[in-house]
Amino acid sequence: MRFDPRRVALTLAAPVLALVAAVAIASLVLAAAGDPVIEVWRTILQPPKPRNVVNIINSASVLYLSGLAVAIGFRMNLFNIGVDGQYRLAAFVAAVVAAQGWLPGVLNIVLTIVVAMLVGAMWAGVAAILKVTRGVSEVISTIMLNAIATALVAYLLRKASVQVAGSNNIGTAPIPEDSRMPGIALIPGAPNEVYGFVVVAIAAGIAYSVLLSRTTFGFNLRATGRSESAAVASGIDVKRMVVIAMLISGGVAGLVGMPLLLGSAYSYGLTFQSGLGFAGIAVALLGRNNPVGIAIGALLFSYLNEQSNPLQILVGVSDDIVKIVQGIVVLTVVIAYEVVRRYGVAQEQRKVARELANQRRRDSEEVSAA
Amino acid sequence: MSVGTVAAPPSTAPPPPTKRRITLPIALLGIAGLILLVALIRVITGAEDLASSGTLGAAVLLAMPIGMAGLGGLWAERAGVVNIGLEGMMILGTWGAGFFGYQWGPWAGVLGAIAMGAVGGLIHAIATVGFGVDHIVSGVAVNIIGLGAAQYLAALTFTGTPGGGPTQSPPIGDLPVITVPGIASAAADLEAENWFFVPDLASVVRALTAGISLLTVIAIGLVVLTWWVLWRTAFGLRLRSCGESPSAAETLGVNVYRYKYIAVVISGGFAGLGGAFLAIVASSIYRDGQTGGRGYIGLAAMIFGNWRPGGLLMGAGLFGFTDALQLRSGGESVHALLLLVGVGLLGLAVWQLRGSRRLAGLVTAGIAIAFLVWYLTTEEVPQDFSSMTPYVVTLLVLALASQRLRMPAADGLPYRRGQGS
Repeated sequence: MRFDPRRVALTLAAPVLALVAAVAIASLVLAAAGDPVIEVWRTILQPPKPRNVVNIINSASVLYLSGLAVAIGFRMNLFNIGVDGQYRLAAFVAAVVAAQGWLPGVLNIVLTIVVAMLVGAMWAGVAAILKVTRGVSEVISTIMLNAIATALVAYLLRKASVQVAGSNNIGTAPIPEDSRMPGIALIPGAPNEVYGFVVVAIAAGIAYSVLLSRTTFGFNLRATGRSESAAVASGIDVKRMVVIAMLISGGVAGLVGMPLLLGSAYSYGLTFQSGLGFAGIAVALLGRNNPVGIAIGALLFSYLNEQSNPLQILVGVSDDIVKIVQGIVVLTVVIAYEVVRRYGVAQEQRKVARELANQRRRDSEEVSAA
Repeated sequence: MSVGTVAAPPSTAPPPPTKRRITLPIALLGIAGLILLVALIRVITGAEDLASSGTLGAAVLLAMPIGMAGLGGLWAERAGVVNIGLEGMMILGTWGAGFFGYQWGPWAGVLGAIAMGAVGGLIHAIATVGFGVDHIVSGVAVNIIGLGAAQYLAALTFTGTPGGGPTQSPPIGDLPVITVPGIASAAADLEAENWFFVPDLASVVRALTAGISLLTVIAIGLVVLTWWVLWRTAFGLRLRSCGESPSAAETLGVNVYRYKYIAVVISGGFAGLGGAFLAIVASSIYRDGQTGGRGYIGLAAMIFGNWRPGGLLMGAGLFGFTDALQLRSGGESVHALLLLVGVGLLGLAVWQLRGSRRLAGLVTAGIAIAFLVWYLTTEEVPQDFSSMTPYVVTLLVLALASQRLRMPAADGLPYRRGQGS
């Protein structure tokens, strides 16, 4: 593609515009509520300490996987809202399998990951099959499957759980010491370590990129997403694509719980983090389904989450303001892209019109000269 | 019409084919058949709470928030805007009910909830109609904003209030409750009798006449009003035309943008009203996380109801009923429900086989037999399974009946003036 400075400027304009608008709107909300606007932003924007940086990277890796899972569906207009249920069911089953310690060390980690991906894919597959055989919208079926997964996990957890000593929390048995994923001391001066699973998350991002832009399957997937009728006309089996895309999406969703399971929690309990699937939707939207974009979106979201923690103590403002900011960012990003796109199209049309006019004038001059 | 379809519970009764309309006598006959079936099940299983007036009363109460959210979805989608942001608008509504309700009384709370929901609707309308953003994307964003805003505002406004805190409001006053004199007590006497069928009928009557919140009556009135406005007025015809073929509407001089804006804002108002039900009628307090995904369920109820008011009321009733069963006596009643679902599905299977849809009929029969076997081999359904009942039932219904569902033709498609295809 030819390098065009105007194109680059337009591409960058949208996210910048979106962030500025989001900050402005959130500031208005804060001011209207009578909260100290400047103090809030100062707290959020202060440079994070090494410990916080590690936390940001860790939670970003989780959000990234969730965003990837959603994005795969998005690329062919499939809306997998069910990532939430898929990752929780997958993490639970994987935790139970891992705790058995059937295989030694690293092999057990591999087994755990494979099991998680299979369970996630299976749960997403239910929605896929309902869609291709019965025409049930995946939006509704995955919402239902989320609720069913919640109840199912609660039931199975009670069956398979061991009492955690000294608390009301119930959880699966902890996974053996030798099948935990070691952390990486990436940030100097931090007392905590980055999840080893970050490497897997990055690999998943690369695999996503290669799959979509370098394989026939990826081409078919994107083609189906752009125009289903054109895809059918060119001989793509859309139903098959729906099932495969949904299975891959679910498989990646299965990975979402793994950094937590293998890197910090070591078991699945009542306190296992939930709601990551919905955050993944926002992150995927923010990153425009682009692997690098999703990473930026994930980092932004986890930065906001981490930096808002002290808000209540330091400034006396509820850290829920960050959720408002996140929601507004999602909205302003899509709006900004649309506005910029319309602006670009209008510019293009004007340019073409001008050139046509010039050409006509030149033609008429030539005629009159002849 | 075969016996199987008359007796089938609403869960499995497919929406009517467009040619045959459900008239009042048929609907009454269906309801009578349903009560008869429930009476039979009650006698066979001994699950006395299955259709007691207590359960039914709880069912009505639990159905209303879902029904109102669904009605909100109906308005938006009839105008061609998919509204998955109902959950967020409903959450905004619960805060509005709490904030205005505890200061100026429950009716102010209701209005505040509607206003807050409408604000959520306006955000959705600006994004989808004004800027042409993908409807589901905007809905997701509205859900995030609604949740964050309600919790932020709750912490801001309820901290330090008497009986309130960062996550909950002070108590809101009660709304008036209606009991029809004479009928309610007579129904109560009849319900106590140990007969067949009559007590079940009486419990339905009693649930509908004793201790009904005035807001419930208003809400049911709003469902009827919605039907009348959307299907019997010029305004409604224009609004629906925006959901079916906006460019055709445009050529006839309809201001599509304006209708879509109106529809989506009203949609938010209804979702907010659903939130008011949760905060004022169901618990008389605002609490964080009160909605528990009911906005999504409302959307499902609307789809279940084939984008029609009567159907969505039935869907909401189904959710409310299974929810109430699970809350009141848990395992036992849901266990009895297995038999109900099994018999209903068997009826559907017979009907499908008669209509020479061999494969569908066999699949349905297989599922029905699985339910019956489950019923016969167990004593009780675990608590967690009962809480997933409504969702499984919805999935089953969608799987069995989705070919008969027809959404507005231009639902979810972006529209820009002058760019009709």
